[in-house]
Amino acid sequence: MRRLVAAFESADKSAHSIKALMETNTQRLLHTFATLADLGQEIANTADFEEMLRNSFHLLLGSFAIRRGAVGEYDRDSGQLRLIASRGLNQSQNASLPISTEHARELASLGSALSLEDSTKEADRFLEDHREAFAGAEINLLLPLVVHERLIGIVLLGEKATADKFTDEDLEVLRILTRHIGVGIHSHRLLEEIESKAEENRRLYDGLRTIYKETVHAFAAAIDIKDRYTQGHSVRVGKYSEIIAREMGWDDDAVEGIAIAGYLHDIGKLIVDLNVINSPDRFNAKESKEMSRHPAAGYEILSPISHPYADIPLMARYHHERIDGNGYPDGLKGDQIPAGAKIVTLADSFDAMTTDRPYRKKLALADVLEDFRANTGTQFAPEVVCAFCRAFLKEIEGTVKEQKLIKLLGKNYEHVERVSPLLSQMISDLDGGAMAAGAR
Amino acid sequence: MADTTGESPVQARRVGDTAIIYASDYLNKLSGERIERECKRQLEAGSRALVINFRDTELVNSIGVSILMGVIDAAEQNKARLIFSDVNSHTANLFEMLGLTRHVSLAKDEGEALAQVAPQKNAAGT
Repeated sequence: MRRLVAAFESADKSAHSIKALMETNTQRLLHTFATLADLGQEIANTADFEEMLRNSFHLLLGSFAIRRGAVGEYDRDSGQLRLIASRGLNQSQNASLPISTEHARELASLGSALSLEDSTKEADRFLEDHREAFAGAEINLLLPLVVHERLIGIVLLGEKATADKFTDEDLEVLRILTRHIGVGIHSHRLLEEIESKAEENRRLYDGLRTIYKETVHAFAAAIDIKDRYTQGHSVRVGKYSEIIAREMGWDDDAVEGIAIAGYLHDIGKLIVDLNVINSPDRFNAKESKEMSRHPAAGYEILSPISHPYADIPLMARYHHERIDGNGYPDGLKGDQIPAGAKIVTLADSFDAMTTDRPYRKKLALADVLEDFRANTGTQFAPEVVCAFCRAFLKEIEGTVKEQKLIKLLGKNYEHVERVSPLLSQMISDLDGGAMAAGAR
Repeated sequence: MADTTGESPVQARRVGDTAIIYASDYLNKLSGERIERECKRQLEAGSRALVINFRDTELVNSIGVSILMGVIDAAEQNKARLIFSDVNSHTANLFEMLGLTRHVSLAKDEGEALAQVAPQKNAAGT
């Protein structure tokens, strides 16, 4: 009977022990799950890599209440393990650690934690080289961070607060946690590489754009040199076009594009007979025919080029088209003409009328504007004329920072403010019409 | 109320050369770091014992545990006693499981914590 009671008591004690063990294991498991959940959130933080790594490392320390340790990122190029976060180490232990390529390879192939106490494997040569330093820092466990068979970092850990040795289950949990951290570092590196490549591409692209713009300027100069009466015309048309497009609310890229179109609009003149271009008189019918080839020729020259802006060849082709369909080379009407070409048309006409030609002197500003008014809706697009007038008036009234248009007109035009009432009147007249055109 | 980081302050008070610091409802990175800073400040100001009162604390996450390990280190380096009081049973089990209780005493309440500190002071001849 006594034996039976003792047996029952023993069984009861065992049951209590098993229950306590199960409760501890359950709590251990829940704590690990919570750590993993927090770790997942940290890894997703791509905004601040070092902060992510520090927090992940502290989560790992906290999951086992480990008093000291460090996490470092391995840089293959310098062969250094750069410590990013640590706890419980003194400052001299916080620097970096050299890792040879051979050791890095060995650590990467290890696939498990390295313990200072029972390192027996061949791969533990790394430990041997650093045993003294690790022992001094009370580090006794190393967890290589390996992604795609490459060493990308190491977690160094001291003992647990319980002072117990790490069990196989502990090492398995640590392996899972460090795998997350490894992936976090790897993702960060990929992101950095992508950003670096994108930056390099941006620089290359900017370089190409610069070359393109310089080439365009060279072409514009070449075009203008051919015509001794219109020197600087292409560049001015580009700049007037830019002013009008900006006033019309075009974005920076489109504004740059329209300036380029202005520079190149007369490139077709390169194939026109030099004697015709430089004729001191108004063109006769034959010369006019020869001259009218230049928009289509410009299109042919510009089409094979991959321009970084849209519709440059079309703007060259259509800059002599008219809203009423009486232009050339294709006799397009109204909305058939691209908006950019309508802008270049006005800019081209404005520069032609405000510069001396062999057969006439430049016109007075009021006469130029009256010409615009008379030909709006037939030759010129109302919305473009309106935008031009608004931009001009803003410069006269000083409501914009720079007087770009007035500067382009130069000293030959004094008292530009005298056309303010005319500009205001034109804007008032055109606003409804331009808006209606915009609504279309 | 010594937090100078511009964040919400950590509640703390002094009883003799013992500092009592009150943990918030969730001991995570943010609140943990505030407590760590306050503990270090109190130690620098000459506190010989620290009592962290967990009366409002429902949950301590892993970063919170890691930070508490840092507080334990700081207290040991300054040869100061560290006592956790008013710890709920869940958190007490966690501290027990992780071995924190090997380095820090748990007290039922502040009174018990202060009583734990007092005999040591006497024993040390103060």
